[in-house]
Amino acid sequence: MEQDLPADLPVVAKRRRSARRRKTLTPYALIFPGWLWLVLFFVVPTFVMLSLSLQTGSLEEGYSQTFHWSTYSDALTTYRPQLTRSLMYAVLVTVIALAVSYPMSYWIAFHGGRRKSSYLLLVLLPFFVSFVIRTLSWQFLLSDDGILLGPLKRHGLLSQDFHLLATSAAVVGGLVYNFLPFMALPLFVALERIDPRLLEAAGDLYATKFEAFRRVVLPLSLPGVFAGVLLTFVPAAADYVNASILGGTNTTMIGTIIQSRFLINNDYPLAAALSFILMAVLLAGVLLYARILGTEEVMEAAAG
Amino acid sequence: MEIDPALLRGLTEHRYSRRDVMRGAGLGAGLVGMDVLLAACGVKAKNAQPSGTSSAAATSSSASGAGSSAAGSSAGESASASASASTSVSASESASATAPAMSAFWQEQKLAHQLNFANWPLYIDQQTVNGKTVRPSIEAFTKETGIKVTYKEVIQDTGDFFGIQQPVFAAHKDIGYDLMVMTNGIYMTKLISLGYLTELEPSLMPNFHANADKSVQNPSYDPGNKYTMAWQSGLTGIAYDPKKTKREITSFADLFDPAFKGKVGMFADNLDLPNFSLAGLGINPETSTPDDWRKAAAKLMQQRSAGLVRKYYTQDYVDPLLKGDIWISMAFSGDIFQANAGSDQLKFVVPQEGGVIWTDNMCIPAKAKHPLDAITYMDYVYQPEVAAVMAESINYITPVDGARDGIKAHAAKAAKPADKTALEALADSPLIFPSADDLARVHHYRSLTPAEEKEWNKIFQPIYQS
Repeated sequence: MEQDLPADLPVVAKRRRSARRRKTLTPYALIFPGWLWLVLFFVVPTFVMLSLSLQTGSLEEGYSQTFHWSTYSDALTTYRPQLTRSLMYAVLVTVIALAVSYPMSYWIAFHGGRRKSSYLLLVLLPFFVSFVIRTLSWQFLLSDDGILLGPLKRHGLLSQDFHLLATSAAVVGGLVYNFLPFMALPLFVALERIDPRLLEAAGDLYATKFEAFRRVVLPLSLPGVFAGVLLTFVPAAADYVNASILGGTNTTMIGTIIQSRFLINNDYPLAAALSFILMAVLLAGVLLYARILGTEEVMEAAAG
Repeated sequence: MEIDPALLRGLTEHRYSRRDVMRGAGLGAGLVGMDVLLAACGVKAKNAQPSGTSSAAATSSSASGAGSSAAGSSAGESASASASASTSVSASESASATAPAMSAFWQEQKLAHQLNFANWPLYIDQQTVNGKTVRPSIEAFTKETGIKVTYKEVIQDTGDFFGIQQPVFAAHKDIGYDLMVMTNGIYMTKLISLGYLTELEPSLMPNFHANADKSVQNPSYDPGNKYTMAWQSGLTGIAYDPKKTKREITSFADLFDPAFKGKVGMFADNLDLPNFSLAGLGINPETSTPDDWRKAAAKLMQQRSAGLVRKYYTQDYVDPLLKGDIWISMAFSGDIFQANAGSDQLKFVVPQEGGVIWTDNMCIPAKAKHPLDAITYMDYVYQPEVAAVMAESINYITPVDGARDGIKAHAAKAAKPADKTALEALADSPLIFPSADDLARVHHYRSLTPAEEKEWNKIFQPIYQS
């Protein structure tokens, strides 16, 4: 026995050590592709964009790094209307989408019965058609003398001058339509997780239906609201397809400006600065929102 | 030449205009933007020398058998022949006998029998036969020269295309196309001044010298056709629905008529909107000053504030015009001809104050892989017969003299009366063959230096982006 040990021991120890090492390395190995992806496609471009936003020059003369911070203030003063408008639209869109999808998700989650998944499919169905085509078909449906407004006008229910296209309402409506599933799905997931017996228990404790909703369902669904608001607000603020297809003269959103400064003016620093401003404003908005809603509590509720 | 009956059928049917095709609308534009940005980081000024230098020499190696009856018979062969026989003195006594010898760049080129062609949607003769897209003029070209053409409809907007390819150009790389069609104006000037184009070889373009219309020879944006040959031209004017406006439209001032409140369409671009408005105010855009620009912008701003303009359209104004969402709009001539196929709902006018003429140009990107194939094609389309076939489909202004006679000849030979009428209408259309009177009233785009362009954009962009 004693003679065998010296021969075996190092091997066993090595094996143990390597097993331990593998154990400590596994999580890193698992996260590595995700990190690599983020570094390559988010961190690096962000720094490149930051550097670009501080350069000056033109396509013909080349761009050089001059740490020209005033590009930011110029961008802010010149495009404040479009920036404010984008945020206003995004807030409106988020509120409307929430108001529309909360009752819908609630109903599917608690009263959907066996057809729950069919109802969900219906919510998702528009996604099977390209975003742009869907928006273009609204353009067709809503045209001034089109199949919706035409008959109403002929029967005198609307004035001849009434039009929906080329108005802010059309842009906000288009955005709500396009981003509704982003709101409805997380809401549904959160509501679906709520045990119906909790509601019964609330009833047993003499809570009215409204009280039960306010003190049980609503807090438990907040993680869904939080996720839905993020998923709707951020892309809605940056969207420019809806504004260019359904909008008119005073509906340009900041996304359009950024796109055209890049591709049409080739003014890369300004476009990069505008992108940064948008990113910063959105980030600030989201953090503020998380603060008000109390993310930690939200997450605890989700975990519980 | 025999005409494919399918082609004639195609003529009488409604087609979408190339400018009418919805732009990619930027689903992927975010990615593209990121791409541009990444690559643009650290862009340095690159006034790269053009690929072909035209060293002057006394001898001529011109291969100009231009305009001979063997129109287009192996244009490619003659090109390669002259390329290989560059040192031998040609006995040609044509006008181009004084032309300098071919540059070293072009002498080295060989036919690759492959051509990658980037063009706008629906901007060539094409129909669908048994579910496949067929382009007769391209097929004929391949048959005659053995050059295979990969035809891609990838250009939706000159500025966008330039913006997307710019990093590749700046890196001195091949953009993947040997031939592209770009509108004259800000971006054409940039392409030339930044050295992004291959200099053409005059001796390889005999058909162009023989048949190009005067209007596209030696244009102001490309003196001496050093880099470009025109593909098609078009007019920017006013289109309207007479049933809605209830009167004839003749003038730029009609776009400001309070009776059309909320029913006016204008363009959302930094080429046509500014240049057309300058022309409308009686100012020649080409010689306009920043003060003129401000004046035009003020006028446009006033039109906007008064609620006259419903929307600033990118390429999508024809549909609203047909549906009645707008009654009167800035418009491109060819779009309106196409929209009217089968009906005469819309009318197009060049305002009495003046309109704008633009030209889309074929050009070879620097570092293109197959320049000889490209120039062979560019010259090939300058045969009247080929130009006629293309003009019958494209409905813009052909740059080739004799194309109109070709169309008339086709009309005379047409079997079906409907086809005959359609072709005759085409040959007589003032949109496709503008009258001398119309042409006297149109101006070219202002060419802008980089500094001027910045100011120009600053003045005009707030009008359509606000």
